[in-house]
Amino acid sequence: MTLSADDIAHVAMLARLGLSEDERQRLGAQLDAILEHISRLDKVDTSQVAETAHVGGLVNVWREDEPEPSQSVDAALGNAPDHDGTYFRVGAIQ
Amino acid sequence: MTASSLDTVAGCAAALRAGTVSARELLAASRDALQATDSRIGAFLARTDDLAEQQAAEADRRLRESPHDASPLCGVPVAIKDVICLEGVETTAGSRILAGFRPPYTATALQRLLAAGAVVVGKTNCDEFAMGSSTENSAFRPVNNPWDIERVPGGSSGGSAAAVAASVVPYSLGSDTGGSIRQPASLTGVVGFKPTYGRVSRYGLIAFASSLDQIGPFAHTVEDIALVYSVIAGHDPRDSTSAPEPLEDALSGLGDGVAGMRLGVPREYFVAGLEDGVRRGVEDAMKVLEGLGARLEEVSLPSTDAALSTYYIVAPAECSSNLARFDGIRHGLREGGESVLQMYLRTRDTGFGAEVKRRVMLGTYALSSGYYDAYYRKAQRVRTVIAEEFARVFEQVDALVCPTSPTVAFRLGAREDPLSMYLCDALTIPVNLAGLPGISVPCGMVDGLPVGLQVIAPRFADARALRVAHAYQQATDWHSLRSPLARLAA
Repeated sequence: MTLSADDIAHVAMLARLGLSEDERQRLGAQLDAILEHISRLDKVDTSQVAETAHVGGLVNVWREDEPEPSQSVDAALGNAPDHDGTYFRVGAIQ
Repeated sequence: MTASSLDTVAGCAAALRAGTVSARELLAASRDALQATDSRIGAFLARTDDLAEQQAAEADRRLRESPHDASPLCGVPVAIKDVICLEGVETTAGSRILAGFRPPYTATALQRLLAAGAVVVGKTNCDEFAMGSSTENSAFRPVNNPWDIERVPGGSSGGSAAAVAASVVPYSLGSDTGGSIRQPASLTGVVGFKPTYGRVSRYGLIAFASSLDQIGPFAHTVEDIALVYSVIAGHDPRDSTSAPEPLEDALSGLGDGVAGMRLGVPREYFVAGLEDGVRRGVEDAMKVLEGLGARLEEVSLPSTDAALSTYYIVAPAECSSNLARFDGIRHGLREGGESVLQMYLRTRDTGFGAEVKRRVMLGTYALSSGYYDAYYRKAQRVRTVIAEEFARVFEQVDALVCPTSPTVAFRLGAREDPLSMYLCDALTIPVNLAGLPGISVPCGMVDGLPVGLQVIAPRFADARALRVAHAYQQATDWHSLRSPLARLAA
């Protein structure tokens, strides 16, 4: 498995990571080596098993729909780089 | 140098009740130790002096008014890994992208310590977002091993391990996703415990890989570990993955010993890459357990070799999704751009370090269209195979004993190739994939560097893992050795 420059650019955009040209090349080579190592998964027979997403096997943990106090707007906005009134503020979506 | 009574939780608790020391004096001693050692270790990212003063004064009041009701942790100093949120106190996860972040709430595990009267000395250094095995991936500075400052303390909870190894605090909290408590405990000669997945709430733990992350303690003795675990463990409605099963008492059976227990020795954990000194230390520890009446038998976990690969799909996949929230909008760093997209790209490029980018890329790739089945789905299936192999072995034996880390502490900068760093966790990762409890206890020294013995138990048999480790400590003295830096702290 070898990742092309286009593959790296595509994945970086999916991950919203702006990477320098140097980083792209270095990451490409490193990911190739890691994926090569990972290919040993193919040796494990998994034809008879289901996937594990959660080791405890919990599904759909519900609670009663009872209102409780929650965070204040001020607390939620307290770490925002920019806000306007009770909203997070961002640049224009283009 | 050997232990002083005030560098264990139990020792502090006894002295506080005997009135020979106050919580304020313990705090002052902890600060002095930090001052004397931390420029050489780098275990701490932030001190919480004002908060600690208040907590110590309050603890002294509780101990004075109702000494018998107070928790053993009341008035005892603690250090907290900087991935665990403390309301109003900067929490960075070792990352530039969170520099300045002050959480609006406190993690449940830490809240339980505070309710017990703990005194928080500071937040400890770690690999960025807990991704690493040496603490060299901290965006702020690497951590040095108190046994040899030219070597790493392991990671990712290297600061929490080093703070205990240097006797700055008697205990600390870390987090373990693939070995991040046990491996640094092994490399710094302290005890480190990763509870069963779901036992300790993850609420307020900055997420790396949610199906694997678990908070746990570091200390010098298993007794201390059991005291801390008993306080932090238990169901939390705020973490939907927290286990509803009733919590067993980890303290009452701690001293029951290992006579008649069947301990499995997984042969796949004694393979190429295991240093001779580590092998000798662990084999000697097994003889000690045998001398205490345990029956040792070789067992096989055939898919051990696939665990590392499974982990390096599952953990990066979850990390790429968890770290999507760092978008420059709600908290932390924002690097401006002409559009929102430009802002995302620049913020994440500037804010994340090399290892985090590598894992986000790997995880995004494994989840991307066309590769999902080949990587992510396959890895989740192999995860099932690994968990089933453990379950089968536990029909035959009560617990497993093996090395924690294949090597002793290595030199800073010695593992620049990512894959060689990943191999550090080959013997701890399977435990996270299966959601089991695992503990590392000091079991030897090689050229002045500590070796760790790992004890692994079935899910929810946390008390059994502690009992085996405690029996070993009662028969040996390795946990009483102190690092050269701890001498400075004394």
